[in-house]
Amino acid sequence: MSEGLVHGVVYSVVIVTVVLTATAMALWFERKFAARLQTRLGPTMVGPSGLLQPVADLLKLLQKEDIVPANADAVIFNLVPLLAALAALGAAAVVPFSPSVVASDLDVGVLYVLAIGAVTVLPVFGAGWASNNKLALLGGMRAVAQSISYEVPLLLSAMVPVILSGSLRLGTIVQAQADHHWFVVWPFFIGIPAFFIFVLAMLAESNRIPFDIPEAESELVAGVTTEYTGIKFALFYMAEYIHTLVASAVGAALFLGGWDGPFRPGLHWMVLKTLLLFVAVYWIRWSLLRFRSDQLMALCWKYLVPASVLLVGAAAVWVVLV
Amino acid sequence: MTALQTVHITRRVDPHLPIDRYDPEGELMLLHFGPQHPSTHGVFRMDLYLDGEKVVKVVPHVGYLHRAVEKLCETLAYVQITPIVDKNDYVSPMTNEQALNMAFEAALKLEVPRRARWMRSLFAELQRIASHLLWLGTFALDLGGALGGGATVFLHCFRERELVLDLFEEVTGARFHYNTHTLGGNRHDLPAGWSAKVKAALDIIGPRLDEYESMTLQNRIFLDRTTGVGRLDAELALDLGITGPILRACGVDHDLRRDAPFHAYDEVKVNVVTAQGGDCLARARVRIGEMRESVRLVREMVDAVPEGTINAGRPVKLPVQTKIPHGQVYVAIETPRGELGTYLISDGTQFPYRLKIRPPSLHALSALPYIIPGATVSDAVAILGSMDPIMGEVDR
Repeated sequence: MSEGLVHGVVYSVVIVTVVLTATAMALWFERKFAARLQTRLGPTMVGPSGLLQPVADLLKLLQKEDIVPANADAVIFNLVPLLAALAALGAAAVVPFSPSVVASDLDVGVLYVLAIGAVTVLPVFGAGWASNNKLALLGGMRAVAQSISYEVPLLLSAMVPVILSGSLRLGTIVQAQADHHWFVVWPFFIGIPAFFIFVLAMLAESNRIPFDIPEAESELVAGVTTEYTGIKFALFYMAEYIHTLVASAVGAALFLGGWDGPFRPGLHWMVLKTLLLFVAVYWIRWSLLRFRSDQLMALCWKYLVPASVLLVGAAAVWVVLV
Repeated sequence: MTALQTVHITRRVDPHLPIDRYDPEGELMLLHFGPQHPSTHGVFRMDLYLDGEKVVKVVPHVGYLHRAVEKLCETLAYVQITPIVDKNDYVSPMTNEQALNMAFEAALKLEVPRRARWMRSLFAELQRIASHLLWLGTFALDLGGALGGGATVFLHCFRERELVLDLFEEVTGARFHYNTHTLGGNRHDLPAGWSAKVKAALDIIGPRLDEYESMTLQNRIFLDRTTGVGRLDAELALDLGITGPILRACGVDHDLRRDAPFHAYDEVKVNVVTAQGGDCLARARVRIGEMRESVRLVREMVDAVPEGTINAGRPVKLPVQTKIPHGQVYVAIETPRGELGTYLISDGTQFPYRLKIRPPSLHALSALPYIIPGATVSDAVAILGSMDPIMGEVDR
């Protein structure tokens, strides 16, 4: 009991530190990457190649005045940024970085990740509701509609590897792929479409372009975060990046074989695969335009949901037959 | 010249009814969209009455950038007005100067030398490329946001716009407010080797237009967001006095460069770009087509600029004392945004008695109350962006 507790605490501290550092690096990386896509240089002044830019940003945000709008629901308004960051961080607990490096390899890891992912809609809606701002309210409304809709294909596509490996434990799912094939390799006709649906739903869950309608800065100024300043805004901002990072790691574990790979330690492969997914997300973000909310719903309910239902069925048949 | 069809004004639902008629229960949400909003292209404000995400009624408000330009002009000598109107349509200053000086020249019955006329047309076409590039970038920003693919299109468009501004800088010394047109001709002659630089710039811009087309007109999300959005019928457009690319996107084949040729356009053939549908997609098609046409025109004109003087010579010893004889004149030219008219009443002194500028953007904005209701907030942004409004010229 006490040994498990110590293990949990130590790993939590390590993983939270690693994820937060990785988030700062991801911020820098994204800015450089976007700049290159846009014929710019990106940050160059703070630290070597602008590496310390996220630190400078954070310091700047810390110095900002903390404003709570008049007539805002102050309790919820102040609580939700913290909740957003915690919910995003919480999902990192079950990500298996290697056969041994995992904070808590729950029996129901997949379920836990999806449940925690679903919680992230609450702070976003809370922010929209509590801000006492019409733009934020519209953003919150959109966020709820979007997140609840995309929860369905996300869950169903995540069920495919669960059915194929016969376990909800992320470690076992990765091990099943290491023993046989990655699920995008075999059975590829089930694995690849399920992987695509997972990535699309993940983009929508983490409010990334082309699905960033809750934020939609050209329509809603900054959507739900319109009224947030300083460190509270930074928490929302960080939560978004952590969410994307963790979701990339989960995607890598579910479909791309996690730590499995030749001639290097498993951790390297896991980090590499996570980064690949992460870059894909940002490549999409900085190349595409934004959907309209009704088009977003149409895409989800008319295409992604039926397709993922079919895939779950196909996976079940595959497991029975093979 | 193609004659426009006679317009039969039909009864249309008046979008300016008081809000009580739409919303007797007071259940709609009023969203003040602008003037500090990031995508109102300056300081435009729309009051959107929303039913959920759907816009029920739109009340546009202009005037936040009013600088009393027309009144100011009444206190300035004719040669001093040019740099003021540069700031009207700050995305295509060249055509502002052109329209203004053409009005003065028409009132003075001053013959502009052929070289100056060609140079003015050449500048106008280059300016059209720069102006439409900026429009494409900002329209993509409206659709994709500053933190996404929209910003990528925007910055790429700015890269090519720089090339055009560099060319203008070489001629006039200024990148933006040129003050190069003057009474009876131009102030700055083309420097040696300029035409080679123009062709080099066009060699870059031409192929990159294909890239932009693949990023926008061939992009599924762009098509989804623009097809059928903000549909404007030709009849309404003509009623409201809308001109330029927006009118041509409604299928009306009207372009002053061809229909009332001025400067070099009576010697150069302009292929007018039109599109059907009158939606945001059609407007994008027309503007991208016009950029291609302008690239072709500049290529054709840049080597054919005739030799000669660039100014008709000063009618009086001190240009500032130029007096325009008693009378009135209206001159309209085709700018990137449509028909820019200058109406001048002179009382025979060295100052205009009244100078009225007819901006195409103001008329474009007047269509918003008709075409936005029924669309969502996202569409409202797209429709406003597709109108290419420049608040500097709307408010003056």
